[in-house]
Amino acid sequence: MMKKQQAFFFVPYLLWIVLFVIAPLVLIIYQSFQNLSGHFTWANYASYLGSATYLKMTAESVWCALVITVVTLVISYPTAVVLNRLPNKQFWLLLVILPTWINLLLKTYAFIGLFAHNGSVNHFLEFLGLGAHQLLFTDTSFIIVASYIELPFMVLPIFNSLASLPSSLINAAADLGASRWQTFTRVIWPLSLSGVKAGIQAVFIPSLSLFMITRLIAGNRVITLGTAIEEHFLTTQNWGMGSTIGVILILAMFIVMGLTGEKKKQQGGRH
Amino acid sequence: MKKQHTGWLGKVYLALVLVILYLPIFYLVYYSFSSGKTMEKFGHFSLVHYRVLATDTRMIQIVINTAIIALLSSLIATVIGTLGALVIKRVRFRQQRQVLLSLNNVLMVSPDVLIGASFLIFFTVIGLRLGFVSVLLSHIAFSIPIVVLMVLPKLNEMSPTLADAAADLGATPWQSLSRVTLPAMTPGILVGYFMAFTYSLDDFAVTFFVTGNGFTTLSVEIYSRARQGINLEINALSTVVFLLSLALVAGYYFLSSRAGRRNRVMTVKEGDVQ
Amino acid sequence: MKRLMSAMIAILLICLVLAGINWQLDRSSRASQDNTLTIYNWGDYIDPALIKKFEKQTGIHVDYQTFDSNEAMLTKLRQGGTNYDVVVPSEYTVSRLKREHLLAPLDHAKLPNLQYVSAGLLDQSFDRHNRYSVPYFWGTLGIVYNDRLIARHQVQHWRQLWNPRLRKQLLLIDSARDVFAMALIIDHHSVNTTNPVYLHQAAHRLHKLAPNVKAVVADEMKMYMEDGEAAAGVTYSGEAREMMDNDPHLHYLVPSEGSNIWFDNLVIPRRAQHKAEAYRFINFMLEPHNAAQNARYIGYATPEPTAKKYLPKSVTNNKAFYPSAKVMKRLHVYSDLPLKDVGTYNDLFLEFKMLTR
Repeated sequence: MMKKQQAFFFVPYLLWIVLFVIAPLVLIIYQSFQNLSGHFTWANYASYLGSATYLKMTAESVWCALVITVVTLVISYPTAVVLNRLPNKQFWLLLVILPTWINLLLKTYAFIGLFAHNGSVNHFLEFLGLGAHQLLFTDTSFIIVASYIELPFMVLPIFNSLASLPSSLINAAADLGASRWQTFTRVIWPLSLSGVKAGIQAVFIPSLSLFMITRLIAGNRVITLGTAIEEHFLTTQNWGMGSTIGVILILAMFIVMGLTGEKKKQQGGRH
Repeated sequence: MKKQHTGWLGKVYLALVLVILYLPIFYLVYYSFSSGKTMEKFGHFSLVHYRVLATDTRMIQIVINTAIIALLSSLIATVIGTLGALVIKRVRFRQQRQVLLSLNNVLMVSPDVLIGASFLIFFTVIGLRLGFVSVLLSHIAFSIPIVVLMVLPKLNEMSPTLADAAADLGATPWQSLSRVTLPAMTPGILVGYFMAFTYSLDDFAVTFFVTGNGFTTLSVEIYSRARQGINLEINALSTVVFLLSLALVAGYYFLSSRAGRRNRVMTVKEGDVQ
Repeated sequence: MKRLMSAMIAILLICLVLAGINWQLDRSSRASQDNTLTIYNWGDYIDPALIKKFEKQTGIHVDYQTFDSNEAMLTKLRQGGTNYDVVVPSEYTVSRLKREHLLAPLDHAKLPNLQYVSAGLLDQSFDRHNRYSVPYFWGTLGIVYNDRLIARHQVQHWRQLWNPRLRKQLLLIDSARDVFAMALIIDHHSVNTTNPVYLHQAAHRLHKLAPNVKAVVADEMKMYMEDGEAAAGVTYSGEAREMMDNDPHLHYLVPSEGSNIWFDNLVIPRRAQHKAEAYRFINFMLEPHNAAQNARYIGYATPEPTAKKYLPKSVTNNKAFYPSAKVMKRLHVYSDLPLKDVGTYNDLFLEFKMLTR
């Protein structure tokens, strides 16, 4: 009786794990060892590792993602700190998060209008006497738009880690004569580190794989790992190579998770 | 006692960040009321783009498709995800539970491009025709983990003695599930449904890979239209979408404050980049 | 429990209602009459007045459905279960459809108006003797430029695009074959070459073009050229036509050393249900007055010399859209290459795109 009941619970969820988590993962690895005519080959990896262009693309993609992460972190941390001190903080946080509910294609589309040759930003620059600039199709515009889109995802975890800081701790530090700066470096920053790490995870990995922004804003001049995958799957139909880059992306993902992962064991000692 | 204050500098900074966050959105909304054709010069106030939108049968059909996919996929994902939470809860050994949880989280942390590409391979291998069904299945698949993550804490909060007590009182497993466990999970289930729903509405990359045969959702359609050039009908559409999102968020806020754990809900969006 | 159940049922009901509305919209937009001809064409690629005229003349109801890429259309036809009677594929897709036995051979006796089509545009490599297809419109690959930013004599030849003056001023169409065609033509090689030496030579040449390339784009090129984002772009005559209609400062030309010529064609799928009606429609579209009217509406080049007579001289004398016989001889059709070679083109092109920064 009990066994039957349990089977009823187990089946759909386990089926999902097998079909939509394990199978696709296995298939993408399998596919990465196939050439265009469906035979086993190492050639995809060989040509990836042997091609200066692919390696350069990967390096640049990582670099771009790094810049985006740093930019969002630098903007987000103070934002989270300020938010956390406001009286109605949940409301203000909601205001920061609200834009994420709007389809990111629509937001990207807005930037096409803003950054265009005759767009509003250039009008504004001219108004300031700075003259019109080439804004679309530059690395800078790509980084601005990507950072804009990722920003709330960095603010959120940092805010949460700050909000969970007991205020007594900060008061205690102050009572013990710590300056504001000391309180920050010794107490607040180390304790909010988990939020920062979560934020980095939430921003860095997706930044590696953005692909529509590279096309709409950067005019295919910035090729990320994501663009390369999309290109190989949907345009050139070379799924083998696309999967190979996908496997590289999975590896990158694990590395980032490893570097930013929480050490679970540490929780024991409290001061 | 020493409540920390936010100086004017902090407030100005926050205001600036908010202005930047909303500028592109209001920019779109502003030009949706322009009589002109581009986002360069505002003509005069006009609702012409809304009228075009209202008569665009294809667009209306796409909006309906998107809504059906979102409603249905999140419903099914919620059912499976709730069962999943029960499964994970029942697993006795810590290690096994850890493995299940990690597998559960794979799709939460994977970039969309990867999910889309691997699902595309999967559907091709099993010979599923790309279209409504493939999109629906994908949306269900990537929404399940978030539901599990929403429901599981509610289960953990539940006192284990409660179910035992029910059993002692002679309740069948089914009765104890429906009378004791489910009510305890309900807030988590509702928030999970809501999250799954927004995930589905928001998705572009996965749908982009697995759609075909003329079936399109809103974000994929916006992508192809945006490539055709600036078209203020899209602006009108974004205004409508913006208002709908506002309504959704309000509903969400309402739900989550009823669930009494606002903070928890906010944490959730973390995984939902892109 | 009850609450959850009723919420579930409510959501299912909403889905059902929405699906019902969608079905209704579907039905109203495609009336299912017996006497119906289903046309599967690119969006906005026929003068709607002509459809009305055809319906009035013949009493046949026309159901006009659209696709936005050859690949999408190909998948649909392969999938089966469709009821298209007339489809409009580009030339390389004709070869593919032919190879997959998806087309019905044409009975030329039922298409008397085929006589009006220019002999030079018939019997092409992708469909010898026009056994399966008749040309609908044709066009070229060429250079569109903005006369406010650059003079015509500076962009008349492919080679000139490499000129350092054009630094960051060039938009390219996001298509491997077309971008490689430029380089191959400069080197006097066939645009259909599969010789890896020639291809690498072309790739090498293209790498030197990289500093001039502002962006590699698709449909967006229209918007960017009209906005004056770039001085010149490499694109198809059809796209150029649309840009020029919106901006008088834009012009199009076909380099005299040669280029690609493309065809969009009318075909009848093998599974078509209304073949007789399909023949009538194709014949109707080939009638010179109708062909001229359609060309005036779409703005592409008509394959019929007789139809040209009904078009304004300013259009038909425009060498950009109706090139001289000398240039016509140097225009080449792409042939459908084996998968492996398509892969080579694409890989080299992706590499090129990674370099354009």
